[in-house]
Amino acid sequence: MSDVTNTFVLQARGLRMDYGQGEGLVRALDGVDLQVPAGETLAVMGPSGCGKSTLLHLLGGLERPSEGEVWLQGRRIDQLSEKTLAGLRRHTIGFVFQAFHLMDELTAVENIELPALLAGRSPRAARRRATELLEQVGLTERATHLPSALSGGQRQRVAIARALGNDPLVVLADEPTGNLDSAATLDVLRLLDSLRSAGQTLVVVTHDARIAATADRLISMRDGAFVEATRLTRGSSVPLGELTQLER
Amino acid sequence: MGRALLVGRLAARDLRRRPAEAALLLLAIMAATTTLTLGLVLHGVTSEPYQSTREATAGPDVVAGADDRADLDALIRAPGVTGHSGPYPVIGAIVGAHGRRAEAEALGRDAAPTSIDQPKVVQGSWVRAGGVVVEAAFAEALSVGAGDAVTLDGRSFRVAGVAVTAATAPYPKVEPCLVSCLSDLGIVWVTRADARRLASPDESPGYVVNLKLADPAEAQAFDARLNHPPAPVGASWHDISEQAAELTANERRALLTGGWVLGLLAVASVAVLVGGRMADQTRRVGLLKAVGGTPRLVAAVLLAEYVVVALLAAAAGLTVGVLAAPLLPDPSVGLVGRAGAPPLTISTVGLVTGVALAVAAAATFVPAVRAARVSTVLALADTARAPQRTAWLIGLSARLPIPLLLGLRLAARRPRRFVLATASIAITASGVVAALAAHADLLDGSSALDPARADRLNQVLLVMTITLVALAAVNALFITWAMALDARRSSALTRALGATPRQVTAGLSAAQVLPALAGAILGIPGGIQLIAVADPDSTTTLPPLWQLIAVVPATVLVVAVLTAIPASISARRPVAEILQSELA
Repeated sequence: MSDVTNTFVLQARGLRMDYGQGEGLVRALDGVDLQVPAGETLAVMGPSGCGKSTLLHLLGGLERPSEGEVWLQGRRIDQLSEKTLAGLRRHTIGFVFQAFHLMDELTAVENIELPALLAGRSPRAARRRATELLEQVGLTERATHLPSALSGGQRQRVAIARALGNDPLVVLADEPTGNLDSAATLDVLRLLDSLRSAGQTLVVVTHDARIAATADRLISMRDGAFVEATRLTRGSSVPLGELTQLER
Repeated sequence: MGRALLVGRLAARDLRRRPAEAALLLLAIMAATTTLTLGLVLHGVTSEPYQSTREATAGPDVVAGADDRADLDALIRAPGVTGHSGPYPVIGAIVGAHGRRAEAEALGRDAAPTSIDQPKVVQGSWVRAGGVVVEAAFAEALSVGAGDAVTLDGRSFRVAGVAVTAATAPYPKVEPCLVSCLSDLGIVWVTRADARRLASPDESPGYVVNLKLADPAEAQAFDARLNHPPAPVGASWHDISEQAAELTANERRALLTGGWVLGLLAVASVAVLVGGRMADQTRRVGLLKAVGGTPRLVAAVLLAEYVVVALLAAAAGLTVGVLAAPLLPDPSVGLVGRAGAPPLTISTVGLVTGVALAVAAAATFVPAVRAARVSTVLALADTARAPQRTAWLIGLSARLPIPLLLGLRLAARRPRRFVLATASIAITASGVVAALAAHADLLDGSSALDPARADRLNQVLLVMTITLVALAAVNALFITWAMALDARRSSALTRALGATPRQVTAGLSAAQVLPALAGAILGIPGGIQLIAVADPDSTTTLPPLWQLIAVVPATVLVVAVLTAIPASISARRPVAEILQSELA
């Protein structure tokens, strides 16, 4: 594809995703085009079931599109083998899930070091990096706590630290505050804002206006398609304390 | 009617939704029911077949023999004797059949039945002129049956029938030795006239008489008074019973021990089966409750589902068990109550079906109780039972290659399942080691068994080993499947974090290989101990060292190959779908 350039970290062209067949066919995504430049924080908003999570799964190689293309750093990834996709997820993509998806039997620091171990780093290096990330998300004193002993906000901060474990090119976050109360949401907002400031490319799907307000660009979705794209002037210019007062 | 239809439809839909799991479920219950059927057959083999034979043939209390008939006539009138049959002429003869020749005693009998020691014909008919009846174990050794041609000292006869008797132990142990005391001596029955014709002009026949005593318990004391030459020689029914028991002792011991080991494995199968299904039912229970189903409806749906599978498994298990039973070499040939033709009695069918239904009920009970207790929201969230944490294993695993890292952590999550898998493999390996030791004992040459019996014991050992390994294989498949279900979320998450499907497959397999390794190592001393328990009277012959060592890698290899199949299927399920299902 000649018009696909390396200036964008992540690109999608004509993405379509169907589930089921015949009369039971559901079109979750319908011809989505997307370009995400390096360092951008992109928020994708829309009601439940509009296809936000599906889009994120396709961008991260967790699912394959029914039609269309996904490009990551100039490389088409929607046709890659599972093994190659796993390698991409290991080194290039970080995932943050609404349900945190931490390993229940691992402590905070063990959860964070897991991607580094999967990437083949030495146990010592993996632990060192995990400790740094724990410090970055402000949970040093919770390093040896199991997820069951952490609050929702703390769990999500551990999940974000885990997503950063291998210094990914892009972090894909699926409703990162969907399971959190207001105070915990504020913690996560601060963390995402610091990532944006550090130049981390972020794609966040959410129906939380507070998250969307911190982004560089906002895309609205409905019925599997983009309906509106807005470049925000400066999400971080709004004090985070005020953001938490916004209505959802 | 509407409610029953709803329950039926929901149950059928769930079975169709996951046909592979339904098939595995069927296989596991079938393994248990087949084992049980075989166990019931084995019970028949090991339940005193000599006594059954003695009752069926009106066995004598004492058998006595003498060269002079007058000695036996005097014995008939001895105090305490209340009845007799004979004296019958007996002559030594060489039996030829299918090119084989064997030493035998030919007993001259009347065509009319007698009230004491009337051998029970199990094939063909009783003696007639020119027609010989062959003792069942002797007939098997000669491979002859009714209608076959045989020779006695070169004279042609036709086999009229095959019969069992309690007046002597089955071939090759003949007790009492009335004419000749060879170690391998068969018994054939002919008419009195044929017996006389068999005697050469310079050879007079011996005689044998069967006695009934007023008190059968006094038989040994009566016999002891007899055995003072030149008085008649004899044997009490106690002696003959002991000889018969000794004859089949090794085979019966092997079958009985194997039966116990199989039973233990079947219990492990059922435990794994129930545990595996439980992990899969939580969300379904939540869905049924969410749409208005009461705990009773949930229980009815689950029960209907399990009952269908259990009944199919019971029918299949009974069929396979009855078909497989004749494959078990029959140690009690020559006696009544053989394993070769197990009757499919109502009690056997009832017991096997009952056990299958009990499994169904047990598998229903836990989720039904859970349905009553767990809130709909929690059930819908598919809240898995919290895994256990073993810190030192997690720390150790970080230093290992990825498949071992994943495998060790998966195994450590469920210690009870790890113990169950280890026990299952240890039981199997113990059985294999015990069979190898018994085989080595036979090859050692120190065994007192004749070649035919050694061959039969080898067959018993082979069949039991194959059955053990087959059941253990089903267990390994089921444990892997249960683990894959339980670990589907963590496996999907690991893949989302960058593990390849092959690494996850290898991890799931490794989680089975680790207990297999432990089980195989434990199985070596376990097997040696098993032999000591099964046969405390003899010294244990160990199999060659290379065989003992080979048990470990062979077990690990088989388990790795077997578990790779369900592990691979599980590791290829869509990651996004599994992770999405975790959302409340």
